[in-house]
Amino acid sequence: MATLKVGLVSPEREIWSGEAKMVVAQTIEGSLGILPGHAPVLGVLLDGSVVKIEPADGGEMVTAMVGSGFFSVAADEVSVLAEQAELSDEIVVEDARRALENALAAGEEDATAERRARARLRAAGIEA
Amino acid sequence: MAAQLRQLRQQIKTVKSTAKITRAQEMIATSRIVKAQQAVAASKPYADQITQALSALVSHHVGIDHPLLHEQPTDNRSAVLIITSDRGFCGAYNANVIREGEALIRSLREQGREPVPYVVGNKGITWYRFRDREVAETWHGFSDRPDFANAERIGRRLTEDFLKTDAEGGVGEIHVVYTEFVSMLTQSVQVRRLMPLEIEDGKGKDGTVPPAYEFEPSAQAALDLLLPNYVESRIFHMLLQSAASFHASVRRAMKSATDNANELIGVYTRQMNQARQAAITQEISEIVGGADALADSGGE
Repeated sequence: MATLKVGLVSPEREIWSGEAKMVVAQTIEGSLGILPGHAPVLGVLLDGSVVKIEPADGGEMVTAMVGSGFFSVAADEVSVLAEQAELSDEIVVEDARRALENALAAGEEDATAERRARARLRAAGIEA
Repeated sequence: MAAQLRQLRQQIKTVKSTAKITRAQEMIATSRIVKAQQAVAASKPYADQITQALSALVSHHVGIDHPLLHEQPTDNRSAVLIITSDRGFCGAYNANVIREGEALIRSLREQGREPVPYVVGNKGITWYRFRDREVAETWHGFSDRPDFANAERIGRRLTEDFLKTDAEGGVGEIHVVYTEFVSMLTQSVQVRRLMPLEIEDGKGKDGTVPPAYEFEPSAQAALDLLLPNYVESRIFHMLLQSAASFHASVRRAMKSATDNANELIGVYTRQMNQARQAAITQEISEIVGGADALADSGGE
């Protein structure tokens, strides 16, 4: 079966790369699942969302929280570029909780911070 | 004689401890160059991808437009971003950057434009403050190890000013003066125009045309997001290059300081040996003279 070549990169480093069966990303308009053979797409990521990657070797689902950025799909190559990105196992749940509390305390002005904190918790596998 | 000897010993001790310090600095700088180079390499995938996506976007959508891509002929002010370091001990690194920056400022002035400096790094900031020159904005505290948030801050401010008009304190174009890390031994000061943006057109490195993307939600929205990101990624690249060059300059400066100190130790050691030898010779001749005198007086 064909696979996707996936790279998840932030400006400072490459966070994850490898072969995958499927990638799910969220755009401003909704979730988008990408399978091998997808038409070329360049999409804007929802700031503070979760990207899921299903590795081709049948390993565990890779989930990551992403901040503002975009993804491009072309010829079975998917690159996700995000200014902030954290893999689920890099996320410290307590810190994320605190960030969410701070964001909520700051009120509605900073919706991005709240969304990012929620995405971080979601990526870590905790519903918030 | 004995006093001179003591003085020389003291001097040798001082120079030796200086050499130890500069040697340690040299080694620290060497290890930091490696780290800085790794940071440059790690930032490459992002920069490549964003450039590729942008050129795809621009080449397929000829009608698409964005203010960042245009010269603003009504704006007579030009921003000059000068990237220096926070610390000294790096030879001519900062002097070179500032000299190039000043040359650019002069040539802009000759063209009838009004240059506005933006400065990164304490060394550049103090240089301008000492001369009582006006700067639009300064940043410092990260020249050793810049992270993307720093580039983002600088990028936001520059983009904002670029989009403003002259009257509001905006600028019509943006130049950057930074140091490119060519190799361990060579670093060269570069002057680049950052805005209005020029994006390499169409074809990739291997001559293939970029794929015809669909855009989600729209091409314009993608461009609005990509362009500022592209600017920030360019600035980040320049900060990283400058940091690597800075460490290389420190290493070189500290290496020559260590070499000089060692040479000085050699000179002082020879002088000290000579002085000691002279003291011994004198003592012997005094003893022999004394013995002769005794023998002469005893013979009578």
